[in-house]
Amino acid sequence: MNKSIMIVGVGGQGTLLASRIIGNLAITLGYDTKVSEVHGMSQRGGSVTTYVKYGDKIYSPIIDKGEADIILAFETLEAYRALPYLKKDGVMVINSTRIDPMPVITGAMEYPKDIIKKLKEKVNVIELDSTKIATELGNPKCANVVLIGAFARELDIPYEKWIEVIKNTVPSKYVELNINAFERGTQS
Amino acid sequence: MKKLMLGNEAVARGCFEAGVRLVSSYPGTPSTEITESIVKYEDIYCEWAPNEKVASEVAIGASLAGARSMACMKHVGMNVMADPLFTISYIGVNGGLVFAVADDPGMHSSQNEQDSRHYAKAAKLLMLEPADSKECKDYTKIAFSLSEKYDVPVLLRLSTRVSHSQSLVELEERELVDLKPYIKNLTKNVMMPGNAIKRHVIVEDRMKTLEELAETSELNEVFDNNSKIGVITTGISYLYSREALGNKVNYLKLGISYPLPVEKIKEFVKDLDKVYVIEELDPFIEEHCKSIGIPVIGKEVFSLLYEYTPSMIRKAILGEDMYPHFEIEETLPGRPPVMCPGCPHRGTFYVLNKLGLTVSGDIGCYTLGATNPLNAVDSVVCMGASIGVAHGMAKVRGEEFNKKLVAVIGDSTFVHSGITGLIDVVYNKGISTVIILDNSITGMTGHQDNPTTGYTIRKEETKQLNLIALAKSIGIERISVCDPFNIKEFERIVKEEVEVSEPSLIIAERPCALLKGVKYEGKAFITDNCKKCKMCMKLGCSAISIKDSKVIIDKNQCNGCSLCLNVCPFKAIIKVEE
Repeated sequence: MNKSIMIVGVGGQGTLLASRIIGNLAITLGYDTKVSEVHGMSQRGGSVTTYVKYGDKIYSPIIDKGEADIILAFETLEAYRALPYLKKDGVMVINSTRIDPMPVITGAMEYPKDIIKKLKEKVNVIELDSTKIATELGNPKCANVVLIGAFARELDIPYEKWIEVIKNTVPSKYVELNINAFERGTQS
Repeated sequence: MKKLMLGNEAVARGCFEAGVRLVSSYPGTPSTEITESIVKYEDIYCEWAPNEKVASEVAIGASLAGARSMACMKHVGMNVMADPLFTISYIGVNGGLVFAVADDPGMHSSQNEQDSRHYAKAAKLLMLEPADSKECKDYTKIAFSLSEKYDVPVLLRLSTRVSHSQSLVELEERELVDLKPYIKNLTKNVMMPGNAIKRHVIVEDRMKTLEELAETSELNEVFDNNSKIGVITTGISYLYSREALGNKVNYLKLGISYPLPVEKIKEFVKDLDKVYVIEELDPFIEEHCKSIGIPVIGKEVFSLLYEYTPSMIRKAILGEDMYPHFEIEETLPGRPPVMCPGCPHRGTFYVLNKLGLTVSGDIGCYTLGATNPLNAVDSVVCMGASIGVAHGMAKVRGEEFNKKLVAVIGDSTFVHSGITGLIDVVYNKGISTVIILDNSITGMTGHQDNPTTGYTIRKEETKQLNLIALAKSIGIERISVCDPFNIKEFERIVKEEVEVSEPSLIIAERPCALLKGVKYEGKAFITDNCKKCKMCMKLGCSAISIKDSKVIIDKNQCNGCSLCLNVCPFKAIIKVEE
């Protein structure tokens, strides 16, 4: 069994933390695990993609088109952009936040319409406004962990394992916030 | 104990376990986290040097003094340290000496896609190339022992996907390696012609010995799957190949990228019908194979450009697609990187764009001053080039052109290699206007300290480089300091300085918006006074956009810097509490 999980979003949204939580979880379950990230310039508000792969033996750390079992998308346009990477029977977990990229802000291009609807016509979509939920919890920055909560329902991994990994991965002063965020995600 | 580690962290762990005593580096994506991870090991002295040349010289010094030592850099950093590299090859080592160099195929965060393997060949050095984090640690340790065994500096070649992928690493204890005795050895360590002439003979003999090593080393590994098709590959390309082709082909995985074996390759291809070379970037292994008379298939089916993927490899060799997948039926707007909300550079480039100046740019976050809608930068070459380029432009196009010309360079980049450019301007009676964008940190690579910040890599206080005193001492008489968010004042100064017929320096001072301690009160909000003139949108701030034909500010993105308040001609933007 190999699982491929792709995490997409906009630089600064906390995709790296999400990939580290999922990667650490896979190790505690005893799997061979690879997590691939890109640092540097692309992080500055650009599209960012990280990959988590786990299973009996993993070679390539990157995910090819059509390979991802699950895509965790922190923003709707980035979800749409990642569609070619999803398996035909894969699942997308999407934060229904819209962040306009610079070509849209400058008026050179339009933000695509009805993205969620178009995606739902093709694949299984779980949509939630994790930025809003995180803001209600008092810190919009934990939107990433809310989304992980929603994503956790798609995997057959005990709840306590997730909590344990979140405790070990996030800075200690944010543990409580992130556990709340995770729980809200699982309930959404 | 097994741990999930970045390739870069694993190199650092390898240094720790190999008993390394000193690491000196200049940050550069994708190599930066090696040295950042070294900080965790208190047994290792580490530092950020002003540039890669100095970093390498420091590591060379430590090696000559008897310690295992390392310098780390990105691929273009190797160009900067090439001078000591070629000559330390002649001298050799005392304590093991390893240079880690990270290539960036696909240019995720680089200005070119050069292949650092050519340096190993040109400087006649041994180069190892790990494929995952486990090998990053193992090869680092092997590199130090081979360096000492063969009296050769060793290059450890990484790439973005190796450096920035995490995989499992088994942790081991630190080996206690004593300092080697320091013995004065003029004929070996002083490279003047009389000695170098003799050392070159030794270097060529050493190459022969290293070629034998490449024939016998377990780092060059054969995986025989009883196939008639063979693949010769290295590093991350090996992992992609395994994913794409599984057990359908035989593999020769080259852990030593230079020198390449001859007999081992001949033996590997002996009973094969077809042999492919799979390597990102240049046809380095391919040309070697062809030079020893082995017909291989390489760049005629694989690209010279960018990163490879398993599906690309499967398609080229087996003619099959790996996975069926969806296509998107419309053109999506791209999402290029942008300056962060609150970025101090935004004020600078807003003014430079407004004044219509020709801007000679440099390497850092502020390279993004070239992007829409600021479009303020005319050229970017390499670290430190902005000043020399502006000086050259002014010399051939004259004073009137220079009145519309500035060079912009970050604080860390200025220290890296801009200082000599500025000295050239003064010495050769140039008249360039240089703007140092002092944001109190090395920004793009993720906040490393540098000589202008007053702190070391371990956050100890140290002497802070005084840019004003430095500029004065080299003969710059016109120096101004200004906050680039004070748009009017900044504009006034730039206009004044480009007009004068002597060199001038403007220090645009405001800390990076992402630095801890940089906190602005409140958030910007657009009131009904907005006349939709869109002046604020010329700032290219990602927090400002148009929704239902109204200009709005996304409060989750806004960091409250107030720059938009300064440019709004109708005072329609106000600050509100969060």
